[in-house]
Amino acid sequence: MTAPGFSPTGIRFENIEKRYGGLYALRRVSLEVAAGECVALAGRNGSGKTTLLRIAARLVRPSAGTVNFSNGGGNVNQAAARMGFVAHATMVYDELTAEENLLLFAKLQGIAEPAARAETLLREVGLIERRGSLVRTFSRGMRQRVAIARALLNDPTVLLLDEPATGLDPQGVAWFAETLRRLRDTGRTILMSLHGESEISALATRAIRLDAGLVMADTRSGANLRSILTFADA
Amino acid sequence: MALLSNTAVLLGKELRTEFRSRELLTTTVVFILIVVVLFSFTFDPTSAESRRFAGSLLWLAFLFAASLMLQPCFLREQNNDTLSALRLSVSDPFTIFVAKLAANTLFLLLTELLMLPVFSILFNVPICPVFGRLVLVLFLGSLGVSIAGTALSAVSAQARMRELLLPLLLLPLLTPVLVASTQVTVGLLDAQPFMEWKGIEFLVVFDVVFFTALWLLGEYLLEE
Repeated sequence: MTAPGFSPTGIRFENIEKRYGGLYALRRVSLEVAAGECVALAGRNGSGKTTLLRIAARLVRPSAGTVNFSNGGGNVNQAAARMGFVAHATMVYDELTAEENLLLFAKLQGIAEPAARAETLLREVGLIERRGSLVRTFSRGMRQRVAIARALLNDPTVLLLDEPATGLDPQGVAWFAETLRRLRDTGRTILMSLHGESEISALATRAIRLDAGLVMADTRSGANLRSILTFADA
Repeated sequence: MALLSNTAVLLGKELRTEFRSRELLTTTVVFILIVVVLFSFTFDPTSAESRRFAGSLLWLAFLFAASLMLQPCFLREQNNDTLSALRLSVSDPFTIFVAKLAANTLFLLLTELLMLPVFSILFNVPICPVFGRLVLVLFLGSLGVSIAGTALSAVSAQARMRELLLPLLLLPLLTPVLVASTQVTVGLLDAQPFMEWKGIEFLVVFDVVFFTALWLLGEYLLEE
């Protein structure tokens, strides 16, 4: 089942390059992530996964190349693409409560009935009992749950996830994998960076391996997909 | 409309986090109190000289306070990468700047207003007869300091040697504001108080020019 106004959205990276001084983080990366696809990005530390995700989220401007979002009706802008972004950092305020954090971002995103949406998500991530507690009193895993709830506030059509299971315990990983499965099955486009195999990587329908800013492998086939995620052929 | 409502939401967040932690206000008030007390030992508070220097000393103390207060403005958004979350959430990044500079101006004004009575007693300078006009100067001066400081805080937060960079960039840029504010304040604290309107006009022009520059360039200042 999809939300009203939901429109599957794809992402097209064209000749993306990112340089930090003389250092290349990405070199002429061209990719097309189809609407509704669940793509796992694999690669060693510093291979360019995070940079690619941050460029997709428009947090980093590429040195060259373009990123476009498109749905059935053609190209759409970032707002219409409704992105949800989970980064390695939690992107929530330690000095606010879990509920205050979600309310803040819901109001900034112009979400109708922000209090109801925040409550729904707090219940979904299992933090409803701790809604009034300051985030700084939370464990890393609980903070990550707040981060995931923040990313889901706007009912995103595109999810950009940078090592989203960071800090989650096995139950948390299982819960998040189930949430992602539901989102994938309802047509959300997911681009996530991962390390190794997990319940979350099992959801991927395509795997891409980056190395030194270059796309080294890109597959949709089951066996190859596994080898890319586990670096079996590296 | 979105700019105003989002600014209000973000300003509420700034006030809430600050009044909850009291990090900035406590540090700045204690620091500025020490500076003013130390200055008071340097000058004989009964002499006419003290009245002549009081305006400069007051703004020098406010400048120290401002550089202390502005440093963490964007720096603490980097702890959990909350700046990225804000950039993803607002349609216009200028909103983030407006909320930050409104919060900085409020905190700076609050610190200054808390310090005025202490200053008045230690330097034997009556401020009651000129209080309204003094508040106007404090507001325009603090606004100028906040606008320039908020912009530079965004730039320096992403740089190496960020603790050193902000004062290095800020002090030369704020010299005109400090000169104008000091001139007006010296006039107001004179035995025969008078308003230096040219200084007020300069402060208004400075604030408008820098606010416009921030509006035009704000988006680029937040980029990684």
